[in-house]
This record gives sequence, C-alpha cells and structure tokens, in this order.
Amino acid sequence: MKRARVAYAGGIHAAEPHTLESGQTGLRLADGRIVAEHEVVWLPPFEVGTIIALGLNYADHVKELAFTKQEDPLVFLKGPNTLVGHRGLTRRPAGVSFMHYECELAVVIGRTARNARKADALAHVAGYCVANDYAVRDYLENWYRPNLRAKNRDGATALGPYLVDAGDVPDPGNLELRTLVNGRVTQTGHTRNMITDVPALIEYLSAFMTLSCGDVILTGTPEGVVNVNVGDTVTCEIEGIGSLQNTIAADALFGR
Amino acid sequence: MSVPPYRLSGVVYGTLLNHRSALAAVQEVANQPPYKALPRAPVLYIKPRNTLASHADVVTVPERVEELEVGGCLGVVLGQAACRLSADTALHAVAGYVIVTDISIPHASFYRPSVPLKCRDGFCPIGPRVTERTAVGDPDALGIRVWVDGELKQSANTRDLVRPVAQLLADVTDFMTLSAGDVLAVGTAWPVPRARAGQTVAVEVDGLGRLENRLGGAS
Repeated sequence: MKRARVAYAGGIHAAEPHTLESGQTGLRLADGRIVAEHEVVWLPPFEVGTIIALGLNYADHVKELAFTKQEDPLVFLKGPNTLVGHRGLTRRPAGVSFMHYECELAVVIGRTARNARKADALAHVAGYCVANDYAVRDYLENWYRPNLRAKNRDGATALGPYLVDAGDVPDPGNLELRTLVNGRVTQTGHTRNMITDVPALIEYLSAFMTLSCGDVILTGTPEGVVNVNVGDTVTCEIEGIGSLQNTIAADALFGR
Repeated sequence: MSVPPYRLSGVVYGTLLNHRSALAAVQEVANQPPYKALPRAPVLYIKPRNTLASHADVVTVPERVEELEVGGCLGVVLGQAACRLSADTALHAVAGYVIVTDISIPHASFYRPSVPLKCRDGFCPIGPRVTERTAVGDPDALGIRVWVDGELKQSANTRDLVRPVAQLLADVTDFMTLSAGDVLAVGTAWPVPRARAGQTVAVEVDGLGRLENRLGGAS
C-alpha cells in the first residue's frame, strides 16, 4: 500500500493513489474525494520525527568525493525546517557554485527500536519513501562536517511522494536508484552498494539512541551528484518506491 | 515536550564554539587539518527528541563511559517563525529563555558530527520552566553556574559569547528558519565540567532558576 499526505481544499488529508476515469493517476483522499495529482499540495508522506542522514554510505560515492572509508557510519541530523514534499521548491542561493541533489532511500521507523539486532531490524520499519537530501558545497566547513549551513537549509530535504509499506518492499537492499535533471539521467546506483545496509544501520543507530515511530533514516547517495541551477527539475527515483520531483528556485522568489 | 508555561516544538539546536573560552581552546589547532580554518558560520548541532529530559530526570551514563560533559547553556525559546532576522530586532522573535544542560560523551575532535556522543537518550535536560523574555532583561549579561554534587565547577557569563544572542539569531536564521517553540542553546564555556554516574549535576542561569539532574549508571 502507498500513502500520501496532501493539502487540499483547506485541509490536510491522508490519500492513496487512484486511477482516474481518464486513465491518469490521481488520488483518493481518506474522506472519499477523488482529486487529480496537480490539484493537491504534496506534503512529506508521514509525520516526520528525527531526521537521521548518512554521509558516504555508498562505495562509489566515497570514491567520487576522494574519501577513505569511515570506521563508523557518518551520521548527521537534519531539522524540520528542511522538509518539503513531492513537487516542492528548494532555493539555490545566488552566487554559489555547487549545489547538488542526493537521491536516497528513506527508511521510516514504525515501531520503537532500542538495541535492535540486524536479524530482526526490519520489523521496526513502517515503510520507505524517496528522499532528496540537498547540499550546498560552497558552505561546507570542517566543523561537525557536514555542517548545518551546508545541509540544514530550508527545503533541503524532499520526501515522498508516497510512504510505501514495508510489506511491499521485500528487500530494501535490492533497489535501483536514479536521478534525472530536466529529464536527463545524471545519477544511477543500487542499494546493494550501501556500505552499511538498512538492517545494520538500524542496529548501529538504535544501539545509542532510541528510534521512534516517524523517525526517518536517509541512507546515503551513490555517485553521480552534479550541480543544479535555478529552474531545473530534479527527479529522484527508486525502483518500486516512487518518483520524487523537485524544482530549484531563485532567491528572488524568497524576497532575497 | 512541555516546559511550563510553553509547549516546546521539541526541536533543539546547540551551538559549538560560541563562548570565547571554547573558541580560544581550539585556536591552536583550528588552522591545521582537518579543520584548516576557524569556523565562519555558526557551528550548530541538533539534540533530537530522544535526548530531551526534564528537571529531576535521571540521565543514564552509557556503559563503558566514565564521565560525561555537563554543558550549562542559556536556551533561547522562539516565539514565532524566524527567518532572516536582523540583529537589531531579533530579540522580538524570542518568547523566553530556559536552561539547557547539554550533555556529551567527552570528545576531542569536532571534525565530524558527534551524533553518537551528543544524542544519547536523555542527554538534553531542559527546564525547570521557560521565563518570559521581558522578565529576563539583557540575555548577554547572565551568569551561568554548573554544580556537581553541590560543588561549583564552572562560573561563566553570556557576556563572553562570541556571537551575542541577537547576532547568533540573525546569523542562524540567514540559512534556516526557526519556528515557535524551537530552542537554540547558545553555547557552553570551556572547559566543560564533567560528572560520573551517581553524581547530581545542576545548572543555574541568572533569573532562570536551577535545572538539576542525577546521573545514573546503565542498568
């Protein structure tokens, strides 16, 4: 099952995909209304708790950034100011030279996890969605790197479009990922190439912090991150999970 | 999380190296690898919801950890959405102030985010209550004292902040929006006092009361 959260006609609604009479995919809201995709504002598809992100979790991306493998997973956190849903906007500050997307499998916790074991870690997962974890590399500094100014920017964590039930994803370690910028494929990867896979991440994290319902783990991105410019449409896709679209917006739209 | 009389959003940011004593402590290594330069933007970190604790809660010292750092901080509670504040008027966005005890497993490197060291369950007591901004006066002239088992271990003052409260709010909200109920802890003085399981730690900030917690052993 796939679930969305959308704003429509003054309210916030749970919604499911629904095939319209035209044959196009629309949405059925929980209250029974049938609406077209473009009629709603897409929100992150669940109530988001702690946002945990991984850096350097794909061997190919580590090579791309000329880093050596970490001893422990490189974990950082993001705040709720960064969240946007499907078809959202993310601001590119004027004058920066390198802002890039990161297509990531987002793992949503559904049951409290504390000292979970790899073998049964997936029992704590409610589902999955696509994440786009933006960074502005011009702002990277070497203190608690990646620092918040580079990563924790408003609109810099796109999540969606749907939360896909864990039961519909037999193996989160067997999914293809790709990103398209204006329709051209710029990033491809496969979740089998994660350095620390999903069960191991849940074991690692829950050994030192309690994971709760709604916490989300952004599991890192493979190689192929390129600069994006104002007006670009960025589409992050994960096999069986969804296609998450985002548009890069200019400072002027934000009164800057 | 509620800290009377406010419902906090549960979002808590901490600030590294924002007390002159803390910045001075890294002065010698700051221009060497891996840092290569002093920080330009405020260096922030997140204390996630699993870390939140209240006055009088017991904070668990993890296994195989001897001591914890007990960082006494002034916490700024936002009263409204705050984006691109100007330092002149930034304090208008503040609802009040609260004590934050920022607890960490001691660490010498600030190169990578210290999530496993700063984000253990219960590592961010906040309380005992939020005091309204108008009752506090100048947030850049508040004494902060850290006590361990009744012994005064640190006496600091917010007048020694690298970025005073309003300037910090301006610089932070230039790149991220804060919301009503978010807490920004403005930084600890150096060296940060340490305490062990079985000890009671208390942080006092002038006008904000006293936030006390006992450290317990892992069961």
